[in-house]
Amino acid sequence: MDGVKFDEATQKELSAFLEKQQAEARLHSSIHNFTGICWDKCVTGTPSTRFSRSEESCLSNCVERFLDTSLFLVRRIEEQRQQLDNGNTKFT
Amino acid sequence: MTDFLKSSAPTDMNAKKEAVMNAVRNEIALTNAQQLMNSANERCYKACVTKPGTSLSSGEQTCLSRCLDRYMEAFNIVRRTYMTRLSKERMEDQANMI
Repeated sequence: MDGVKFDEATQKELSAFLEKQQAEARLHSSIHNFTGICWDKCVTGTPSTRFSRSEESCLSNCVERFLDTSLFLVRRIEEQRQQLDNGNTKFT
Repeated sequence: MTDFLKSSAPTDMNAKKEAVMNAVRNEIALTNAQQLMNSANERCYKACVTKPGTSLSSGEQTCLSRCLDRYMEAFNIVRRTYMTRLSKERMEDQANMI
């Protein structure tokens, strides 16, 4: 089976499949990353048999605010870049 | 040599395609499980084994089991929140484009 060649349609199908799998893997990596960050923030005591209401809401707030933070910082840096641009045009 | 260049029977090709896809799926599932175990291990060790003794005490083992359950629950809460957010943002983007 090692010498088997893929025809064009199959090659396309495989590359679409790979792209989809890679996107899914990236998504999973992000979720792992967030889980670590938010666990450290929200679960401070000894783990019990269930999450308290406050731990649960902390975890989902943590994800939302982390994403907000990322958007905020991007906007902020963009603002600063624009101010810098405007400043430069004034003096030229 | 000429055999190698000849195009293959469709059944061979489909079998190989399935094999490649399954290998990729397995690889990703494995990476995923490793990521989860590594980060659960780190956190649960920190939470449950505060003073390492000569072996894991039964109290520590109870704590570790609970911790692993909670870690997976946390993973699911985070996933749900993130996915909801992503689909919300995607809908807003679509609404903005119209």
